[in-house]
Amino acid sequence: MRRYVIRRLIQAVVMLFVMSIGLFLLIHAMPGGPDAVLFSPRMTAATRANLRHQYGLDQPLIQQYLSWLKSVLTGNLGFSFASGQPVAAEIGARIPATLELFAVSLSFALVVAILLGVISAVRQYSLTDYSVTVLSYFGIAMPVFFFALIMQEIFGVKLGWLPTCCRTSADTTGFTAFENFQDAVIHLIMPAVVLSFLFIAGWSRYLRSSMLDVVKQDYIRTAKAKGLASRSVFFGHALRNALIPLLTQVAIDVGAVFGGAVITETIFAWPGLGKLFYNSLQARDYPVLLSMLLLGAASVIVFNLLADVLYAVIDPRIRYS
Amino acid sequence: MLEVKDLKVYFRTREGNVHAVDGVSFHVDEGESLGIVGESGSGKSVTSLSIMRLLQIPPAQIMDGSSIVFQDAELVDMEESEMRKIRGRQIAMIFQDPMTSLNPVLTVERQLIEPLQLHLGLSRGEAHNRARELLEAVGIPDAERRLRSYPHQFSGGMRQRVMIAIAIAANPKLLIADEPTTALDVTVQAQILELINRLRRDLGTSVMLITHDLGVVAGMTDRIIVMYAGKIAETASTDELFANPRHPYTLGLLSAVPRLDEERPTELQTIPGSPPDQLHPIEGCPFQPRCPFVLPQCKQYPPARKIAGNHVAYCWVDVTDPEEQKRAMQRGFIPLTEIGRSYLAQS
Ligand SMILES: Nc1ncnc2c1ncn2[C@@H]1O[C@H](COP(=O)(O)OP(=O)(O)OP(=O)(O)O)[C@@H](O)[C@H]1O
Ligand SMILES: [Mg+2]
Repeated sequence: MRRYVIRRLIQAVVMLFVMSIGLFLLIHAMPGGPDAVLFSPRMTAATRANLRHQYGLDQPLIQQYLSWLKSVLTGNLGFSFASGQPVAAEIGARIPATLELFAVSLSFALVVAILLGVISAVRQYSLTDYSVTVLSYFGIAMPVFFFALIMQEIFGVKLGWLPTCCRTSADTTGFTAFENFQDAVIHLIMPAVVLSFLFIAGWSRYLRSSMLDVVKQDYIRTAKAKGLASRSVFFGHALRNALIPLLTQVAIDVGAVFGGAVITETIFAWPGLGKLFYNSLQARDYPVLLSMLLLGAASVIVFNLLADVLYAVIDPRIRYS
Repeated sequence: MLEVKDLKVYFRTREGNVHAVDGVSFHVDEGESLGIVGESGSGKSVTSLSIMRLLQIPPAQIMDGSSIVFQDAELVDMEESEMRKIRGRQIAMIFQDPMTSLNPVLTVERQLIEPLQLHLGLSRGEAHNRARELLEAVGIPDAERRLRSYPHQFSGGMRQRVMIAIAIAANPKLLIADEPTTALDVTVQAQILELINRLRRDLGTSVMLITHDLGVVAGMTDRIIVMYAGKIAETASTDELFANPRHPYTLGLLSAVPRLDEERPTELQTIPGSPPDQLHPIEGCPFQPRCPFVLPQCKQYPPARKIAGNHVAYCWVDVTDPEEQKRAMQRGFIPLTEIGRSYLAQS
């Protein structure tokens, strides 16, 4: 097991390295890459050369990459074109908001997906099953931004129950600790639900089909032959087996949650990484973009690794060597 | 103790009704061991799953007029909640494939204490101790440690022992073993059969032993039912059946048993012809297309031919009649030798 994890870690590092090269080249090859952003057409040639030199853009690409890599490895991600702040600080400041949103919406998604998946598998072909199925296809087919806008229209504008923007109210002076918490929760609900919908639909389908697969297995018949009630059979015997493939899927999805976060955070003006990414994209703030893309790639790789390790931990049959 | 009457189980499929079990009647007495023998598809598993009420309905359907009485209670229309008190507690079952019949993600202990807590109301600690005793009783060494193992850490034979331990955990009145040794090595097969036999003696449990191999039931059971195409072909005490088989299908099965007493490995005789199509059951005796003794009247289902005591064969033909035998031999029938038969009876 340990050797397996170490081997996978080495693979992950190599992958990350390869991806860093790819991302670096991609950013430089983009039409309107760093050059176009930095230099306004009215700049004199001298200023331009000066700036190029200052940012190291006059060096050969390989040289630029190596010095970038070196600074990344020492924790220096460069400076934002837009704000002049260190990229690490820009990103670091956004992490708590994103973690909060992710943690809440993913846990919510997991709980709901498991419930829906189990129910629709247990009551296969029932009205409940069909309803869940139809809703899931809605969830899968509906673009996140559209769903977010509908939610905002209904719960924010029409009913006025929930705020449509931001992580807290604009003015929180004089709030007690409890009021602050309440304020945070109210702001969190809509973005969290929107983001979770992205996953609930897929995960509940996934769990449904793996449950249906599991309940056909011989050991489920054995469990029934013991005289266990259906509840014990489903939750005690079937669910654990069905969860094994789902959890792998969950870990992989969580690593790739970024795309959904960009849209959700932008629409709800949630001050997290997704919003930062969107802003940086608009401003072509390439040091920030590059760092964030790298971060995204790293999270995909890390969570894939986690998925495999998790798989080995929860499935006693698998012993990697 | 168990009385099955005119059990009919059909499967509704797109092509039509599969007559999986088609009017089967038999009984199992207290402490008795009954063998059910028949080729693949003859309805043995469906019969036992009907008794446990573990068939998926639909597609399966237990037809009107079927009756399964266990200790004076009708099981066919029993409430599911009542049925759960019978499963595992009164009637327990062992399945064919020990590799897939245990839950792969739960420890053996977890799977073993379930019936103890459920049916006997034991506490966690009592159940643990009882579970260890059960593992010891089925011959698993180092039981305390093995309780914490997962099924994949056991060999096939050991898993089947675990299955048996689970089955006898709540001291059931009837143990249904559906081909418990088919998936195992020959040497392990004998050990498992011996274990079932010993537990039956020690616990006084009735046993229904299902197999497609007559060699397995020899020496194991008191009585035998031979099934063909969802119907009973012949039933007799085990000794009587081996000594005096009266149904052409039984004769075919007997010659299909490999003979270990012969020096050269004989070519294993199988019954010629293809197994019956239960989707389109034919009129009369289902065995007629493959039967070397076939007569014109076989187009009608034969009445019970009482041979002696509880020995009954459902056949128009007296297979012991030399004239009939001569006729059958022209169609490829090979009579069993005395040696072969007596070997079978005592094996
Ligand atoms: N779910 C099902 N749908 C349709 N037909 C079925 C189904 N289950 C069983 N059958 C049919 O019922 C008949 C009896 O099957 P059963 O499993 O009882 O046979 P068996 O005697 O146990 O055979 P084996 O030795 O292979 O276990 C077979 O013809 C089979 O095709
Ligand atoms: Mg079977």
